[in-house]
Amino acid sequence: MAGAGNGAVDKVLAAVVGTGQTKHTTKRDDVSIAGLCREAADRALDDAGMTWTDIDAVVIGKAPDLFEGVMMPELSMAEALGAVGKPLLRVHTAGSVGGSTAIVATSLVQAGIHQRVLTLAFEKQSESNAMWALSIPMPFSMPVHAGAGGYFAPHVRSYIRRSGAPTHVGAMVAAKDRRNGAKNPLAHLHQPDITVEKVQESMMLWDPIRFDETCPSSDGACAMVLVDENTADAHVSAGKGPAAWIHATAMRTEPTMFAGRDQVNPLAGREAAKALWEQAGITDPLEEIDVAEIYVPFSWFEPMWLENLGFVPEGDGWKLTESGETDLGGKLPINVSGGVLSSNPIGASGMIRFAEAAKQILGRCGEYQVEGARKALGHAYGGGSQFFAMWVVAADKPGV
Amino acid sequence: MRSVAVVGFAQAPNVRRTTGTANGVEMLVPIAHELYAQTGLEKRDIGFFCSGSSDYIAGRAFSFVMAVDAIGAWPPINESHVEMDAAWALYEAWVKLQTGEIDTALVYGFGKSSGSDLRRVLSLQLDPYYLAPLWPDSVSLAALQCRLGLDAGKWGEKDMAEVVARSRADARSNPNAQLSGDPTADDLLGEPYLADPLRRHDCAPITDGAAGVVLVAGERANEIRDTPAWITGFEHRIDAQNLGARDLTTAPSASSAAVAAGVDGASVAELHAPFSHQELILREAMGLGGEVRINPSGGPLCANPMFAAGLIRIGEAARRVWDGDAAKVVAHATSGPCLQQNLVCVMEAG
Repeated sequence: MAGAGNGAVDKVLAAVVGTGQTKHTTKRDDVSIAGLCREAADRALDDAGMTWTDIDAVVIGKAPDLFEGVMMPELSMAEALGAVGKPLLRVHTAGSVGGSTAIVATSLVQAGIHQRVLTLAFEKQSESNAMWALSIPMPFSMPVHAGAGGYFAPHVRSYIRRSGAPTHVGAMVAAKDRRNGAKNPLAHLHQPDITVEKVQESMMLWDPIRFDETCPSSDGACAMVLVDENTADAHVSAGKGPAAWIHATAMRTEPTMFAGRDQVNPLAGREAAKALWEQAGITDPLEEIDVAEIYVPFSWFEPMWLENLGFVPEGDGWKLTESGETDLGGKLPINVSGGVLSSNPIGASGMIRFAEAAKQILGRCGEYQVEGARKALGHAYGGGSQFFAMWVVAADKPGV
Repeated sequence: MRSVAVVGFAQAPNVRRTTGTANGVEMLVPIAHELYAQTGLEKRDIGFFCSGSSDYIAGRAFSFVMAVDAIGAWPPINESHVEMDAAWALYEAWVKLQTGEIDTALVYGFGKSSGSDLRRVLSLQLDPYYLAPLWPDSVSLAALQCRLGLDAGKWGEKDMAEVVARSRADARSNPNAQLSGDPTADDLLGEPYLADPLRRHDCAPITDGAAGVVLVAGERANEIRDTPAWITGFEHRIDAQNLGARDLTTAPSASSAAVAAGVDGASVAELHAPFSHQELILREAMGLGGEVRINPSGGPLCANPMFAAGLIRIGEAARRVWDGDAAKVVAHATSGPCLQQNLVCVMEAG
């Protein structure tokens, strides 16, 4: 085999045929960590019309192990994950991990190594206090001691200054996502009556981020079943349901801090998006994407990521948000599942974005279904806005 | 499958203690430089970076984030990380190469164990409800495993001492080894027990270390190495977690991974066995006969940087192919208590 051809390799097409999530909530004290994961995995298998024996390999992701106080918890969940005797991979790429995990699982199918892969991400945040797990003082590092909100608030202030955005835009995002979250039975927060004014009246936590503009802390898990083209075709022709075809995936990373780094509009995010749109054959994402699930843990990240992803030119993100076009029924509905602002089991949040994008294609979103959605974006970011993972899923096979 | 070869391997000196920051990412800087020098590649030539490390070893959340600083992730890089030994990061990179999305990958792993009490930290890998609250440590669990095999007549203390004697002697020619020497098996059997029936030398040392490997697809590998180490089999599996519910004197996941990867005919094997009796388990489980040379580098009993030691096995085995010492080699990595999870990578000359 040595050196036989460098060559261009034809990727196997991959598709999502099932997703499953737990009901996200503050504290799931009725299940163990393994039980939480099992619940999401069982639901994904049911959704795909499969059983555990159909699965070739498992790829699991979560944010830091210190959140639950268990080192490499996948080891002690080998049985609960149905992985005994099979390959089990554990991904950890900070907040983007749910997305990265789905991408690693996608690669296993695209490489032709496996036909049916279960991928899962979770966080059981009630086992500890995530803010303190994130604030361990380190030698030679400036302590933040303020969790993610304290870290990102200066970026948001900088965005507002640079773009000249009116200050109510953040509250608009929060009110929209929470209203939409109320349509999603699995969302952690249900606030159907929330208004922009109520958001603006909520307590200021990290200026300019208010309490209602902040993601909750959730226990939750999300799983998906990814399959190769043959399996997906058989799934569809057997009438088990549609498939959400994976058209593109991208990951990019940059360092946390150095002089001159643009933390508001990070280059890694821009480059990941560029690679993603190219791979998906998309030249005008605003026109071609029907619905997007974007990682927005603090309200202002919606307009910030709209620009970073290239939907609109730099400085214009807030205008799209303010126009109402990012709500259900708008030109580019964003986070109609309620988004991270309505449910945030950190390690799972990225995969929930990927899965909600797939659910839109599979037509399984109930009250928050975007009519006629044929192409969707799932996006996740992590660390100090430095790790990015994203995918495009669609109703048609790539190239059709 | 697409042809992919190991063409670069570098490691930090394996030592009991380094003086860098808590996660030891400084160790990665010279490794990256050495890999670029070995392969003639530059950072911009690398299509994908993938690493393995543990937050619990570093004692902090997100410890791998610092590593992307060490590796120099600017301009931005295509990058991923596993909370596993970096041998699994190499697997992820190999998968990515198989998709055709990339043609080159740089994989690294690092572990600075000197900052904590390793055997107690590893207790936290156990089931958090039933087992971890009892704090059984990694050395005690391995001792129980060893006792089961001794009582079953599967191996003797002399067999274990011979593994250690051979490892230490081989490590004399490995400049990066932490421990080396030429004790006889009888000398070793005269030493006191650390955790009966394990003596200190039956247990891998506590090591600060790091390593990196470069993978290249296709013809380009032949431009970098006269004899690249082509990956011809790459498999991993996991066994059940309940230590009381599986036969600890065997390693079914190592067996099935070895069969699937096709280890027959290999003349050298680098086995990630952190305890001497675990090498005996693995040799049997993986079907490696007496003709297979085990751990010519000295193996993990002479240097065991957590989360890099499995990757080092792959690098050390690949080196035997580059040097023409072997036409087919096997590298193995393990994770979890008592050989719970196992990976097998088979490499061959052209």
